[in-house]
Amino acid sequence: MISHNTLVVVLGCAALGVASGAVGCFALLRGRALLADAMGHAALPGVVGAALLGAWWGTDPRALPPLLLGGAVAGTLGLWAVHALAATGRIRQDAAIGVVLASFYALGVVGLSVIQAMPAGAQAGLSHFILGQAATMRTQDAWAAGGLALVSVAATVALFPRLRALCFDAEFAALQGLNIRRTDAALMGLILLVCIAGLPAVGLVLVVALLVLPAATARMLNHRLPGMLATSCAVGGTAGVLGALISAGHQGWPTGAAVVLVGMAFFVAALLVRREA
Amino acid sequence: MTPLSIRHLSVFYGERPALEDVSWEVPAGLTAIIGPNGAGKSTLLKAALGLIGHQGEARFFGTTLDAARARVGYLPQRASVDWDFPASALDVVSMARTPRTRWWGRLPRRERDAARAALAEVGLDALADRPIGQLSGGQQQRVFLARCLAQEADLLLMDEPLAAVDAATEREIIRVLQKLVQAGKSIVAVHHDLASVPHIFQHALMLNGRVIAAGTVAEVFTPAMIVDTYGPGLSDDGLAA
Repeated sequence: MISHNTLVVVLGCAALGVASGAVGCFALLRGRALLADAMGHAALPGVVGAALLGAWWGTDPRALPPLLLGGAVAGTLGLWAVHALAATGRIRQDAAIGVVLASFYALGVVGLSVIQAMPAGAQAGLSHFILGQAATMRTQDAWAAGGLALVSVAATVALFPRLRALCFDAEFAALQGLNIRRTDAALMGLILLVCIAGLPAVGLVLVVALLVLPAATARMLNHRLPGMLATSCAVGGTAGVLGALISAGHQGWPTGAAVVLVGMAFFVAALLVRREA
Repeated sequence: MTPLSIRHLSVFYGERPALEDVSWEVPAGLTAIIGPNGAGKSTLLKAALGLIGHQGEARFFGTTLDAARARVGYLPQRASVDWDFPASALDVVSMARTPRTRWWGRLPRRERDAARAALAEVGLDALADRPIGQLSGGQQQRVFLARCLAQEADLLLMDEPLAAVDAATEREIIRVLQKLVQAGKSIVAVHHDLASVPHIFQHALMLNGRVIAAGTVAEVFTPAMIVDTYGPGLSDDGLAA
């Protein structure tokens, strides 16, 4: 029998999986996977900073919204830093991503040890943002994840023609009057949303896999985008459910790792199926 | 009304000028842009279309690109996109109708029919549902041409429509281009094969970082001009015409 707590975690992870499956398709087709990875890592100093501020103000150190807001701000800053570095023309974008990812993460790790030296339990659970700990997910967190899934799927469906045009041939789309900058920003916003929402459950190290694995699996099984999108959501959701169940059955297995390993299994299976075909 | 009028257009890649002070009135009919590699042929099209930063201006049908957008079509180089993208031939052609698409959901039937008609025009109606990754290079080029047709533009700017296609595809594409011109459209195409210029095109722009010559093929496509454009090292197969 599944306990109420497990059910909450399972549903929350399923919703996260569906959301990242939808957004991941376009992240993959637009070549934004590494940027998503950078944003996930760049979020850590924001999370830590928000916790520090919270300790200072004396608010509940385990309340998620302020921590995630901090993460979103830092993730956006990281994204901006990558663009600014690449725009100088001195280094290429992949190098800029490496620089930003590592330095923001290092800043976050230092912040974590600073906060650990503080007397109050301000750091409680903060290290879980690195590898994820879905078991601590509360009912309201699962509801938030569900809302996020709804928003992500609705946005990808509503923006479908524009996102597809952007990903296939941005110049042609621009010529037809599509605002590339704004559409790209909308896509990055969705990626950021999924990355930040996935942090507590999956952790910043693995959150990029949540975007990439379902989409890459779905790509191998589909030749058209609507099918790929549906498959990706299904794979993401299923990986979320199975990963959460496996993690609940093995105390100490981080949920994020379990979800990613299930996603990996789907990916390898799809790879083998396509090889046969 | 001149389909496209380019005035004092310059493009710089860093410090290096790729195009310097190009002024050119595009005539009605079928026009080739010819010049050696790195002459700025694609750059000229992209700058005119506002896809890359430039100085100077390009006016379409006497007005700005924004005002004339619906009348301007573009065929980019085939290699400029990822043909492993999950889409059918019809999907790609349909993207030319995206401005007419609602925010959500499917393309209206009328738009889908227009995309199908464009595919039929290039002889690919039987392959409408084929994934683009499974098409041959020549078929992919024709899908791009169909997408360009589906824009229903009056001026079509094409970046190497005949690059790396087999002889049958080349004939097919040329037939479509000539039909378009007969229907009153104007076409500007970047072209590589010098030998075929007089057989296909009525006008030519000889380009090498700047305008070497522009006019009818009879006027400007002469051995002397070709040497001016390409330098003296060119083998004479292009000059046979």
